[in-house]
Parts: sequence; structure tokens; C-alpha cells
Amino acid sequence: MTGRVITITSGKGGVGKTTATANISAALADMGHKVVCMDADIGLRNLDVVLGLENRIVYDLVDVVEGRCKVRQAMIRDKRLEELYLIPAAQTRDKNAVAPKDMVRICDELRQDFDYIVIDSPAGIERGFKNAIAPADEVVIITNPEVSAVRDADRIIGLVEAEQKGPAKLVVNRINTEMVERGDMLAVADVLELLAVELIGIVPDDSAVLVSTNKGAPIALEPKSKTGQAFRDIARRLTGEEVPFSASNGNEGFLGRLSKLIGTKEGRNA
Amino acid sequence: MTDVDATQIDIKGIREGLLVTLGEGDWPQLEQALMGELQRRGDFLKGAKLIINVDAHELNVASMSRLRDQVTDSGQLLWGVLSSSAQTERSAQLMGLATRIHDGSREAEAEDAEEYYEEAALQDLGPDSGILVRRTLRSGASVHSPGHITIIGDVNPGAEVIAGGNVVVWGRLRGLVHAGANGDEGAIVCAMDLAPTQLRIAGHIAIPPSERGEISPEIARVQAGQVIAENWTLG
Repeated sequence: MTGRVITITSGKGGVGKTTATANISAALADMGHKVVCMDADIGLRNLDVVLGLENRIVYDLVDVVEGRCKVRQAMIRDKRLEELYLIPAAQTRDKNAVAPKDMVRICDELRQDFDYIVIDSPAGIERGFKNAIAPADEVVIITNPEVSAVRDADRIIGLVEAEQKGPAKLVVNRINTEMVERGDMLAVADVLELLAVELIGIVPDDSAVLVSTNKGAPIALEPKSKTGQAFRDIARRLTGEEVPFSASNGNEGFLGRLSKLIGTKEGRNA
Repeated sequence: MTDVDATQIDIKGIREGLLVTLGEGDWPQLEQALMGELQRRGDFLKGAKLIINVDAHELNVASMSRLRDQVTDSGQLLWGVLSSSAQTERSAQLMGLATRIHDGSREAEAEDAEEYYEEAALQDLGPDSGILVRRTLRSGASVHSPGHITIIGDVNPGAEVIAGGNVVVWGRLRGLVHAGANGDEGAIVCAMDLAPTQLRIAGHIAIPPSERGEISPEIARVQAGQVIAENWTLG
């Protein structure tokens, strides 16, 4: 088995990297893939909290790097999904406890046993970010429809290209469709026009995400939730499936403009 | 001159190790001051690779091997000797010491700053030459040239383009642009969509209005001490 390493990053903090990591991992595992997600945010861990696994941590990523335990021992199995594991970050150390080559080594080991290794990157462009993208086969950028987040995403896309990990894929998180219709928010189309990378997901702004995060239960596992569906669609697109963007999260004009843009972008790449 | 001030000895980290620069003075005093300094900072410098710049002092093989032994005794390694004297350089080479360091500063900086444009290669260009960049410049990217710059692609907000000559963007220009950066008031900036965060020509700075009408190719230049932009039309 040769697993794919997918790194979730953003540049700017607070756009939903950890939530996206938890939900995409859960959705992939729910589809029957063997998945391990890894928290690369050493010192500010929270993927364990979002997955509701905080109280089961014995060993962490830094313990693996420094040889105090085997990778297997640091993996925590999810409560709900048989095939989902978490490798938590250390809370009492900092980013410098791990080097990019450590991440490559650990991921190479994990590739043999898992279909997908999903890495939650810390915010920023320093060591933690470099650690997170060093082993990546694919990089997914999370952004919000807001100028500062898009600006940072643009910078990150450039850095990912420079590290030859590109082209990155894009998820626009926290889209409020009503506001987009009123023209209040930077629409997805505007974001895409600037960033010009492949869009693999649009996630609505939904207070249910907050509730599920606080409960430690990924919303991707709630079959009726539209937001959960958005994350499941992202997971399917990551596996290579063609999933059309659902018409329910926007009016026709918006979607029309969007598909036109996606069309142009593909034309440009050809 | 007999007294050598130890404060004139400068030690700084470079890629290869520590570069030691000596002050003025006669060699025996300099050597003594150096050894004193190495011993004083012994713990801090333990095991360090030293590259010593002896400037024009002439050292034969015997005095250089004495220097090496003393450095070894004080717990460091003499790795290289830089000198403008051919005699000294030859002695160093005979002893297998490095006599050249590559200027790592630019390289290291470029790596750190994630500069993915080879600025170094552009240094030799004269003002009448130019470069062509065929990609989109994203936030954080920067292109500099003493000549002209043509970009086929967009210049996103947060990216910068700085040219001694003119700047032509075959795409959307939304970042910072500076044409005529060396003071040429005749420089121009043109783009398919001219909407930079800031536009500079020579010493003039303009902030384009945020409200814009229909997008069309525009050209900006300095006229009567003001930066103006007009539609770029055929004929």
C-alpha cells in the first residue's frame, strides 16, 4: 500500500484548517479508506480536541521523532470510525522539536499501512508550515471569503509552488450564500479569479460546525447536514472522483459565474 | 605599533563556519590577540571551524602551521585562511586549508526569503536590457531588474515589481509596481488591467482609485509632475 499524504494549510490562522482536517479525514475513513491524521501544530495542538480524543493521548508526534515510542504507539484510534487514527502534536514543546526530514520519515513509514495521511498544518509560513508540507503529495489550501485570508492563501500557493508541491487545491470555507447574493462578501468567483487554482470545495458558514467541534464529533459524519455533505464532497474529490458542485448552495447567477470560471481555468491549463 | 586591541577582532558566523577578521597591527601581536580572544571565548567557540582573514600579512608554511597548532590547542579547527597575499595563500594551500569561501550570504538569504527569482543573475543587465517573467507573481514574490520588466501573467496584491526601466504586464496588475526606480521620469507602466495597490514612477507615488469603470488596457506615465493613467489604444 502506498498512501497519499495530503497537507491542509492556509497561512492565516482561524480559517478552519483543523476543522477541515478532522472532517476530511473522517469522511475519507467513512468511505472505507484507512486514514491517519496528524497534528503538526506542535505547541498549540487541537486536532485531538476537535476529534474528541484528547483524553486518550499517551504519546505524541515529538515522542515519535525523538524515539521514545514507535509510530504505532502514538496513534489513537477514533471512537466512531474503525479506520481513522490520530497522531497528536506535543503540547509542551515547540515547532523546532520537529524537522521537515522527520516528517518525511514518519510519513514514509505510514504510507505502507494507510491510504491517506492527512496533516493539519499550523498557521504561518515558518518551520511548522515547512514541516507540514515537506512530506506532502498534495496540498489543500483553506481560505475564507475575506481579503486577508485570500491574500495569505495567495502567498502560501506561491510557497507551495516554490517547494514543488503544487499546484495546490483550494477550499473556500465559511461561505454565507445570502451575503454573497447581496454582494457583501468576496464571492467564491472573486477568490478563484485571484488565486487561479483548482477549487475542490465550498463549505457554508454553519453554526452547527461550532457545535460539532465542541462536541468532538465531526459534522462530516452527520448524513443530513449540508455542511457535512460539503466535506464529504471534498473527500470524494480528493480521491479523484468527479463531484459536481451542488446547486443548493447558491443562486443560478453565482453558480453560473463559478462554473464559467472553473471552465476558463481548465482551458487555461490545457 | 605594539599594542593590539582585542576588540578589533571580529568573529561572525558564515555558512562554512566562523569568519574571523583581524584588526590592524603586526602579525605576532595580531596572532597573540587572536589566541587571547579564542581562549577568552573558549567554551563558546569550542569545536568551531575557523576561517581567518589575515589580510595582507605574509605567512610562510612554518608560521601558518604554528597558527594551526595553536588554534587546535585552544579547541577550534583552522579550516581556512583568507589573504590578499599570494605567499600566504600558497602556504595555506600547501597545508590543505581553504583559501576561498563562497559568498553564502546572498544564497542563504534567498533560501530564507523564499525568493524564487534569481535576482543575482539580473545584476549584470544594463539599463537597456529587460527580463521576461512568464508566470503569475503571487503575494510575497518580487522581481527586480535595473532594466525593463515584462510579465506575462498577473501580479497579485502583495507581490512587487521594481524596474529601472519600464514595466509591462500582460495580465492584471494588482500588486506594487515601481518603474524608473533609479530616477527615470520617462518610465511607463502598462497593464491589461492596471489596478496596482501602489504605482510608483521614479520619485512619484500614486494610489489608483478603488472605484473603477470598465476594465481596459491602460498606460501610466508622469506628466507635469503627476502620475496619470490613460487608455492604451491602437494608433
